[in-house]
Amino acid sequence: MAPDHSVAGAIPPWRLAWLIALKDLRIEARSRVVVYQVLPFAVIVMVMFGFALDDDGIAQRVAPGLIWLATLFSLLVVVQRSFAVEAADGALDALRVAGVDAVSIFLGKALAMAAQLVVLELVLFVTAVVLYGPRVRPGGLALLVVTWVLATIGLALVGTLYGGLTAGFTGRETLLPLLVLPVVAPVLIGATRAVESALGTTGAAVSEGWPWIGLLTVFAGAFGVGGSLAFGPLIDE
Amino acid sequence: MEDAGFIIGSYVVTFGVIGAYAVAMLTRARRLARRVADEDKPWT
Amino acid sequence: MSIPPDDTDITTAGTSSAATRLLGTLVVVGVAWLVAFGLLFSPADRDQRESVRIMYVHVPSAWLAYLAFIVTAGASALYLFRAAHSLVWDRLAGASAEVGVVFMGITLLTGMLWGRLSWGVFWTWDARLTTTAFLFVTYVGYLAVRRLGGTHQQRARRSAAVALLGVLEIPLVHFSVRLWRNLHQESTVARPDGDVKMDGLMLFSLVVGLVAFTLLYVWLVIHRQRALVLEDAAEDHGLEQALSDRRAEAALPGGR
Repeated sequence: MAPDHSVAGAIPPWRLAWLIALKDLRIEARSRVVVYQVLPFAVIVMVMFGFALDDDGIAQRVAPGLIWLATLFSLLVVVQRSFAVEAADGALDALRVAGVDAVSIFLGKALAMAAQLVVLELVLFVTAVVLYGPRVRPGGLALLVVTWVLATIGLALVGTLYGGLTAGFTGRETLLPLLVLPVVAPVLIGATRAVESALGTTGAAVSEGWPWIGLLTVFAGAFGVGGSLAFGPLIDE
Repeated sequence: MEDAGFIIGSYVVTFGVIGAYAVAMLTRARRLARRVADEDKPWT
Repeated sequence: MSIPPDDTDITTAGTSSAATRLLGTLVVVGVAWLVAFGLLFSPADRDQRESVRIMYVHVPSAWLAYLAFIVTAGASALYLFRAAHSLVWDRLAGASAEVGVVFMGITLLTGMLWGRLSWGVFWTWDARLTTTAFLFVTYVGYLAVRRLGGTHQQRARRSAAVALLGVLEIPLVHFSVRLWRNLHQESTVARPDGDVKMDGLMLFSLVVGLVAFTLLYVWLVIHRQRALVLEDAAEDHGLEQALSDRRAEAALPGGR
């Protein structure tokens, strides 16, 4: 194999991923699109759920599901944003030409996306507590945090994956929801059930939530590996 | 036969959909074939 | 390159060949047998009564839908992982996917009709039905990805990756739905594939259905794949035509 003389070839992949993640977060820090646009959107979605359900008892019961649904809708927006910043100046192509391997780009962008999603979900959780009134059980806190982290990783990986595919050319963005939502269904199921156990909204015990953690872990692992392999073919133009 | 409607309906749906798909595909292929040189059709 | 036949030539055969005509005849015979046995000769079931007749089209459809999925996934892998990256595999994957979507739609529709008849409900959230619905949607997404444009190889790479991600996704969906439904302690959930005890004639009808549908699948996929060859060739021809027109333009006196 020919020696890699590219600029990026001198930097180890994990460091490249980290740099890419920092770049994305820095862009967000400057533009504040997620903070000023996506967060309010997510909160409004939660309020809309309240209007549609029209029943405090039901809303409290299904609060975990509503949190994750609002997260999924926000995910679609965050993904589009993540790749819009690349498409604007052909930045993704520039990275590739400089020799950055697809895996680094994938993991780096997924990491930045996960960081933003984690904050978004925290806001959504607080909103849900305020609007619908569920309480956190002391025993459920660990489950809640673990679910929160693992589900977010899974969502960020899948979002980055299909976001890369559908980025750029006009008429492709509308494909994103169709591709992403079926794939993240296991996360929706698992995360919602786990949070229901953590909060006790459906009468489930905390212990019933942990098997779902297994599912979320497998999901994150599967798409971490599978996504790393698939990202290259998906973004190559 | 009770509920014959559902049962006959299932068969109609099944073969109706398949038939419509097959017809659409074949006619489209026929139209396309006119625009393509014979050497590109290894099955003829 | 020979001159393509002009549009007024109505004798071009399209995607048919001697082999497909033979296969097509077998398909028609098989389907006729299926309808005869399914609707007339086979007896009613003891428990499900006449509604079991829907099984003779529903089960073969489901079988083909899953077979088509496996073929698409396998062809996608063969495209991606073999050095030649032959478009033959890509077209097979695409053809099988499209045919698969058709069968999956039929599976879902007949399943709903059976459910309505036997149990009064169009839909239950059991793992198999839900997974089939997800497979359907995933396929529709795959077909949409195939239409994103670019060169044939770009299309092939993208779609192959998407198909293989689907292989990852479907078992996860199935497993999570199954875990989820177990929470609801469902006892004897009516599943369209039944745990129907089939006697000789019923079993025979089902086998006729499976054979007829498999032949049908092969026939459809052969035609669809050939149609894809034609589509790709027409696109290439169109591109070459446009390029040579452009060159001819540039060569004209007074041209650029």
